[in-house]
Amino acid sequence: MLASVLEGGIRAGTPILYATLGEVIAERAGIVNLGVEGAILVGACAGFITTAQTQSPLLGIAAAALAGGAASLVHAFMVVTVRANQIASGLALMFLCLGVTSFVGRPYVAVKINAVAPLAVPGLSDLPVVGRLLFSHDVLVYGAYLLAPLIWLILFYTKWGLALRAVGERQAVAFASGLPTAVVQYAAVVCGGVLAGVAGAHLSLAYARSWVEGMSNGRGFIAVALVIFATWHPLRAVLGAVIFGAVFALQLQIQARGVALSPYFLDMTPYLLTLVGLLLLARAQRHTMPEGLKEVFEGLK
Amino acid sequence: MARLARLADSRLLIPVRLLGLTALAFVAVGIFLLLFGKNPLAAYRAIFAGAFGSTYGLSEVVVRAIPLMLCAAATAIPARIGLLNVGGEGQLHAGAMAATWGALTLGFLPRAALLPGLVALGLLGGAAAALVPAVLRWAAGVNETISTLLLNYVIVLLVEYVVRGPWKDPLSYNWPFTPEFSDSARLGLYWGTRIHAGLWFALVAIALFYFVLRRTRWGYEVRVIGDNPEAAVRAGIPLGRYILLTMCAGGALAGLAGMAEVCAIQSRLRPGISTGFGYTGFLVSWLALHHPLGIVAMAVLLGVLSVGGDQVQISLGLPYATVNIIMALIFFVVLGSRFRAARTA
Repeated sequence: MLASVLEGGIRAGTPILYATLGEVIAERAGIVNLGVEGAILVGACAGFITTAQTQSPLLGIAAAALAGGAASLVHAFMVVTVRANQIASGLALMFLCLGVTSFVGRPYVAVKINAVAPLAVPGLSDLPVVGRLLFSHDVLVYGAYLLAPLIWLILFYTKWGLALRAVGERQAVAFASGLPTAVVQYAAVVCGGVLAGVAGAHLSLAYARSWVEGMSNGRGFIAVALVIFATWHPLRAVLGAVIFGAVFALQLQIQARGVALSPYFLDMTPYLLTLVGLLLLARAQRHTMPEGLKEVFEGLK
Repeated sequence: MARLARLADSRLLIPVRLLGLTALAFVAVGIFLLLFGKNPLAAYRAIFAGAFGSTYGLSEVVVRAIPLMLCAAATAIPARIGLLNVGGEGQLHAGAMAATWGALTLGFLPRAALLPGLVALGLLGGAAAALVPAVLRWAAGVNETISTLLLNYVIVLLVEYVVRGPWKDPLSYNWPFTPEFSDSARLGLYWGTRIHAGLWFALVAIALFYFVLRRTRWGYEVRVIGDNPEAAVRAGIPLGRYILLTMCAGGALAGLAGMAEVCAIQSRLRPGISTGFGYTGFLVSWLALHHPLGIVAMAVLLGVLSVGGDQVQISLGLPYATVNIIMALIFFVVLGSRFRAARTA
């Protein structure tokens, strides 16, 4: 049971990990994007429709990434260029994406698609336990867990990463030292959106293999909270995503075993766990929060 | 010229500007509909025919505006000290659940005793749901936007649980709802329409909000915190108390909206008692710049769109989401334009 929960956790954690990594990038540049919830939906919808039309999951993933990036571009414009309230703009984006995807996706509810197939890593997948746990997933799963260290390297060991973090910590100083802060923030938000779009693709093309209105079900908001647990660090995000994935996987396990616990209570656990986590880590994370975010998260205005 | 500029910025012109921005959102959604090969003019016509074409349509606008006003107040009151309560949807369901508990267990009481109790339960249920994020914010600094959003999912799932579990109607043939409330638990309907006594709750709540904000010490201190929280703290205003107070007052009003929905419209608790009133109320509050009088006007405007959305579904076969797109676009346009107003001022 433990092995299957872990395996399910790695799979169910994948969309959350993509979304969380994307939000880490955006928030490190000083922009909170609650619109990730919407970008996931747009990605799931665009990926599903493209796959249904072309029979190619790869094209679907590409379309999802594009759509997620495009959706987040709206948020970047609103907060970087127009300087609208970050939280409000993110929510507006979420509402817009929810409306657009339920409009556009309606004919595709209950359509069957050519899903992203699992791809066992030759050799490694035959290993006992670990093979099934780590090396018998689909491409997007491997991608997510390889992306985390890559983003960590870029953020902390390259000039680009330094520039991005500088903008997120002290925008005025970064600007004065000649960094194109607006360009950096646009790029960060759009990258975040691309990853949220891929998160959506994994949800509709590999995990659920169907399109349902509002199918992200708050995963975007959980991702925003996970960024805080992970203290804006891509590697710690992996741990958080697997834990949350395991909670989703455990739900299915418990239901499959016919334990007399209402499925509605099981469905609540990810949200409640997120709240408890926020409560426990609220104080601990404060000093690691990028300076630029303090006003968004804490400023009573 | 300067006078003209001042006139353009004056509060009196805010409704005119909003109408212009709404028109812009309509044009944008028209382009969207054209892209998908639908006729935007037919959609506009259906929206207006749905809301203004009959007395039924007009009465339904009021029916929708009731929960929208209350849920908008749930966002606007905490917004006055800079808190973003997006939990209207959950708080509405919590109030509905509390009122349902009262109606099911105390249904034998006479109307004059029961209804005030149910109002109190609705208020309490909503306030309790808002207390959680308020305490998290006050005691641990947890961002209230995220916590209220997460709680919405939890509370709606709790409703799903009770209507399928402990409170399920034994005669419902497995439909997920509670038994019907007794007559003494029903709010009166007026004029042969679905307009109900919740209208007075909403109008009184908005009037109280206006009065407290303008004429009392509480309102004064709230406005001080809203203008400059640091100055407020230095002046000895208890910020923590106002976090709890404004969040719970807001949550209570959303809970009242839930009570009115179950006691007047549904006469039982079931999933889907709210068609996103909490979220639409959030938009109403932002469009109204969190101003009590603006909330009434904006609740009617979004009420029109909501009724129009039904008509678009019925007569054109377009999804209800069409009007959700219009609402979100109006929100975006208003968010963008407020900045420009602030900059030129």
